[in-house]
Amino acid sequence: MRIETYQKVILPLAGAAAVLIMWAIVSATLAPDLPSPFRTWQESRRYILDPFFKDGEMNQGIGRLAFYSLVRVAKGFALALAIGTPIGFLLGLSRRFHQSFDPIVQFMRPISPLAWLPLGLVIFQKSEPAAVFTIALCAMWPTVINTAVGVRSISQDYLNVGRVLKLSRTTTLRRIVIPATLPYVFTGYRLSLGLAWLVIVAAEMLTGTPGVGGFLWQEYNSLVYSHIILSVLTIGAIGFVLDRLMGLVEARVRIN
Amino acid sequence: MAYLEVCGLRKSYRARGGVTPVLGGVDLSLDAGEFVAVVGYSGSGKTTLVSLIAGLLTPDGGEIRLDGAPVTGPGPERGIVFQQYSLLPWLSVRGNVALAVDAVNPTLPAAARRRLTDELIALVNLTPAAWKRPRELSGGMRQRVAVARGLAMQPKLLLMDEPFSALDALTRATLQDELVRIWSERRTTVMLITNDVDEAILLADRIYPMTPGPDAVLGPPIEVGLPRPRQRRHLSLEPAYQKARQALVEFLRAGRSRVAPTAGHPRESRPQAPIQ
Repeated sequence: MRIETYQKVILPLAGAAAVLIMWAIVSATLAPDLPSPFRTWQESRRYILDPFFKDGEMNQGIGRLAFYSLVRVAKGFALALAIGTPIGFLLGLSRRFHQSFDPIVQFMRPISPLAWLPLGLVIFQKSEPAAVFTIALCAMWPTVINTAVGVRSISQDYLNVGRVLKLSRTTTLRRIVIPATLPYVFTGYRLSLGLAWLVIVAAEMLTGTPGVGGFLWQEYNSLVYSHIILSVLTIGAIGFVLDRLMGLVEARVRIN
Repeated sequence: MAYLEVCGLRKSYRARGGVTPVLGGVDLSLDAGEFVAVVGYSGSGKTTLVSLIAGLLTPDGGEIRLDGAPVTGPGPERGIVFQQYSLLPWLSVRGNVALAVDAVNPTLPAAARRRLTDELIALVNLTPAAWKRPRELSGGMRQRVAVARGLAMQPKLLLMDEPFSALDALTRATLQDELVRIWSERRTTVMLITNDVDEAILLADRIYPMTPGPDAVLGPPIEVGLPRPRQRRHLSLEPAYQKARQALVEFLRAGRSRVAPTAGHPRESRPQAPIQ
């Protein structure tokens, strides 16, 4: 029990303290414009302690800003799953579909969100759908690829059960292929959610929509550098929590 | 004509290195209600033979007929108990059995299918574990589920591919006894694949020895002239037992010294089990 607290609480706290000290040293010596940890706290406390205040469109508590970002990510993520999951199944199930579309998947996968966003603005003419479009387009690839790999690595033993029982194509899909692939699919979902959250900042910065990323960019332009750090820490904390939550869902699926 | 008729069955596997001839003309026949065993070394092609009869593989030559009809593909009338159980891990015991019951009896009302499923689970003594997932079961319990699922297919022929090879000796003995009980209740035609000579003699009416591959064939069948019910404890003292055992072991040993057994079917890559 003692060793457990030491490993799980004391050591991570010591690590965080070390980073804080380094940050303080850097801001005191190398980068005088970088706010110190103390100044960051002083200038950010209202945003944290009263996280849902709203003075205007661009001056809101960090909780409210995070909520806007989360809603946007949820939309983009949902769209990514809705498109990515069926594409993944088709890639895994049909050789012909794989031959036709796998090169395009591999081609589109490394394209940065910064490249998609202007295209989204051109297509949708509005910043909100353009941001959702960008998030979806960038976040869906892990889902596509993991689902396809999952379908292709289904044990022949399971498929043989379906063959001996002469299950129809749809029954085989519903009773064998989908359940056998589910752990892979959810690994894809977890990675996709991480990417979606990664993209949100870029999308909000470029479209200037309210949210953690939009706030970060606005505060940079207004020279309130401590709020950049506040935003960065918020983004990190939320990303960490999202990953853990998806990890729990993934573990539940994997048990079967 | 026999119930199951296998004539000149041939099968080779093509791999990078070339062609491995696994079965070189297998002949075999089973009568309805009979319990027949095929005994051979690991890697001699027994799983290949089962897969061919099940229709999961296509033969290179030869013919398989069940109840007069040629076998062209897999189907539940040739129920199979897989060597590695092949239970679906996301389904409970009940779910695994029900999948087969539902597939074979699509027109039956739901209540009747449920009753059938319950009966099968009771038959293999798994009622208390009906809602457990395969990973929560011991090896012996998993094998019982596989047997229940095989029977759920209401097969004309039940194929069993080394069903007890992964179990410890005590569990194996229990399951062998249960298999005999179930078989004498249901009189399903059974073809059992095994590398255990004693298991074959204890369970089967007739035993085909298989030569080690490549190009494996079956030797002339050996009748087990032991009356049923057979008592495991006194079996080895019976002259009929000793006669059958001697004939089998002699055939297998002779085959082995003729050609060294090589790995045939890629799935049968387990270490060689000695035949005592």
